[in-house]
Formats: sequence, structure tokens, C-alpha cells
Amino acid sequence: MTTYYSEEHEWITVEGDVATLGITQHAADQLGEVVFIEQKEAEDEFEKGDEIGVIESVKAASEIYAPLDGEIVEVNEALADAPASLNESPEGDAWIYKIKLANMDQLEDLMDLDGYKALIG
Amino acid sequence: MTDAPKRTPLYDLHVELGGKIVDFAGWEMPVQYPMGIMGEHKQCREKAALFDVSHMGQVILKGDNVGEKLEAICPQAYSTLKEGKARYGFFTNPEGGIMDDLIVSNAGDHFFVVVNASMRHQDIPHMAANLDGVEVIEIFDRGLVAVQGPSAEDVVGTHCPAARDMKFMETIVAEIGGIECRISRLGYTGEDGYEISIPEDKAVEVSKLFLAHDDCEPAGLGARDSLRLEAGLCLYGNDIDQSTSPIEASLSWAIQKRRKEEGGFPGADRIQKELAEGAAKKLVGIKPEGRAPARQGVEIQCAEGNTIGEITSGGFGPTVGAPVAMGYVSKGHGAPGEKVNLIIRGKVQPAEIVALPFVQQNYKR
Repeated sequence: MTTYYSEEHEWITVEGDVATLGITQHAADQLGEVVFIEQKEAEDEFEKGDEIGVIESVKAASEIYAPLDGEIVEVNEALADAPASLNESPEGDAWIYKIKLANMDQLEDLMDLDGYKALIG
Repeated sequence: MTDAPKRTPLYDLHVELGGKIVDFAGWEMPVQYPMGIMGEHKQCREKAALFDVSHMGQVILKGDNVGEKLEAICPQAYSTLKEGKARYGFFTNPEGGIMDDLIVSNAGDHFFVVVNASMRHQDIPHMAANLDGVEVIEIFDRGLVAVQGPSAEDVVGTHCPAARDMKFMETIVAEIGGIECRISRLGYTGEDGYEISIPEDKAVEVSKLFLAHDDCEPAGLGARDSLRLEAGLCLYGNDIDQSTSPIEASLSWAIQKRRKEEGGFPGADRIQKELAEGAAKKLVGIKPEGRAPARQGVEIQCAEGNTIGEITSGGFGPTVGAPVAMGYVSKGHGAPGEKVNLIIRGKVQPAEIVALPFVQQNYKR
């Protein structure tokens, strides 16, 4: 099990060819209090860079961009009724999707924890 | 707009209090403090919050018959504004659009005017050019803070007993902690409260007196926006601008009877016509039924699917506990209870037209 980070402040924990995706604590802190999340549905396919959801805080709406190609296999439905959990445990219970990775090579373009920490300074 | 961002006299205090600083209309202002927008919003509705509004333009008008002369550029009855009273108003253009909204106070030997930060550059020359024989003095050496909320009377009254006896839209000069301030009982949150003009070198000292009160916490621009939205108050540049008339913006209450009848202000033709016949569109409150906030620019459709307008301000209302919005709908629409659809990111979201404000205003009448 390995965790990768994207420049769009997402984390991806990979087990085999399935990954869990969420936003980082840093991203959640920057967004402010989350009041709404719009998610895609299971079986939706996407390519790296596609918009795969929107998170709205009291301040503004922010898109979630796919860090790699894949297909959604599970949606964390609990977030719709408890969007504030994205502030409380964005790297834990408040994961957003489980996805089936289409191109494992794309993981090489992502960062490890040290790289991400350097990015957010 | 390429100038370096400006700082208010309270800038260092914002940083000290952990404020998250953003650029707003060329000013470095706190959007929120560690408490967060939601908490600051509730703080203001339940106790008291202190806002720095020093970026707004404070102007002194000196001369003979200033109130009468203001009537040539504003549709308000300023010639009959009594000493010690303040009145909300706006400058209109010859087409009947709103150039800016403002607060005018009769301070006895002069008039005191507060205009929006983003429109200072327009408003000052506009007044100078149109108020014949009036000295227009933009004040650069005073801060302006707003103390708002049900505890505001105690927060300010503790240091200035005279403030307790003031009523909504009254203005006085009094000492706070030995510092002479102009205190006006008004604000833009829908709550009771004061706006206080303070000499710049004393602005931090006075603000700290207020913040020392158990019920008073600092709040930023984020909470200021959600508070005014819930209170159904227009934001210049979003809900009102050069093209929207006061009648379209549901601001006819702010034009006094005599002025409605007599006219004699820029754009009176259009405004009087709209008063008599109704305007082509009208600003209304809109409550989305789901959780998705409807922000500026979202299309409004009627039940049959035709476009009838657009959201001009919207977001999450912390006191309402749900999304709230304001927007314009075309004539024939806009009755409270009317079902409409909002097109948010291509998806149809049901909503209802509601009477404004979303939260009852709590002014000290």
C-alpha cells in the first residue's frame, strides 16, 4: 500500500490496481468550511485532468481534477450528507472515491509525501 | 489598479489575530480569522463581531445647503435629513442605473459620507464635479470599524454610555476610551450595531477595547458577505451596478415619497416610469432546495424551462443552515413561493423564490 500526492492537493493510496482518492488536509484547510460536494457516479470513466467533482466551501467552489486515468468503482456516499467531514478527516474517513487505475505508469508523475511536503512548504 | 495593495490602520492587528489576508478592491484585508467564516458569522448573529471597514471611502462635505445639492445626484431626500441622522442612498446615472450606494449623515456643520472601497475613485470626482460650492474632502487619516450583533450595544456602551441611547441610523461624536470618534448606529449585517470612525493612530487601541469584551470577536470579509446576503442587502458590483435601476433592485424603499413624486435626479424618467409601471426585472430572494450553493452567474429558469434571469449573489447561509441566493427575474415572475430551476454546472436544481431577508433584521428602532 503506497500513498501518492498530486499537485492539485489530492492523495491516492494504491493497493494493486485499485486506489482510494481524497483531498489533503492542506487542501481542506485552504478551502475552508466545506458545505457541499458534487460527486461522479460509480462506473464513470475519466482521464487525467478531467473534472471529477466539485467541492464548495463557504468561500468558493473548487473543482476536483483527476490525477490519472481510471474508472470510479465506489463513491463515498456519506459525504453528501456530511460535507463538513472533509474538513475533519480528509485523509481518513472522508475519502471521495475508490478508483480502478487504467494506467499504472501515471503513478510515476505523482509525488511521495516528502515531495508533497516540499510543495506546500 | 496596478498600484501596490493598500493597508488599513488595522493591518498589523489582523496579522496578529491570525487573519488570512486577501486583496479586496486594492486593499489587503482579512477574509477570515482562525475561527472561520461559519463561526464568525454565528458570532455576529449571536453575540458581537468586529469588522475592519477602513477600506471604505470616508468623505466630508462642507458648504452651504449640502443636503439640497446632494439631491441633484441622489434620489434621496437629503435636504430634510436632520442633524444627527444617517440615511442610505445611491448615486444614479442619467440612465437611471446605480453608480454606487452610500450612507449620508448630517453631522451639523458638515455632511459625512461613506462610499464603497471599489468606487472611491469614481465617487469623489463625481461629487466634486456636481456639488457646486461644496468642499469634497476625502479622509485618509481615519479608520472605520463596524461592531455588529446583539451584544454590540454592550461592547460599545461599556466604553461610551451615550452609544446605548442611540437609535438605528443616528450618528454622534463621542469619546471612546478618551478618543474622539464618530459613532453611527448602523451596519450591513442585518444586526444591531455601530460603525465607528476613529483617528488612524488610535484605531488599534479602540478596536482592542472592543475585542477585550467577552462577547466580541474579529470577523473578516467572508462573514461580512454571508451576513449581508442573509440580510437581503445588495452588494455593489454583484447585485447592483451602472445598468440596474433602484426599482429593479427592490430599493424603492430607499427613495423618499417627495423625491419619487418630484423627480429632479439623474435617471428620474426611467425610475418614475418603473415606479408607475413596474420594472422589466426584479431582484428577489432565491432558496435552493438542495445543498448545492447557487453562485453569481447561475441561470434561473421558470418551471416551463425558459430562462427568466440570473443569480447575482449566492452562497451558503450559516444561520439559515442552507444555501441562499439573490438574483433578478423578469417581469411576471418573482412572487414568493414561485418554483424555479437553477442550472448549476449543467444540472437542474429546484429552488423557490422567497421574500427577503432570509434572516430577520434586528435593528434598534
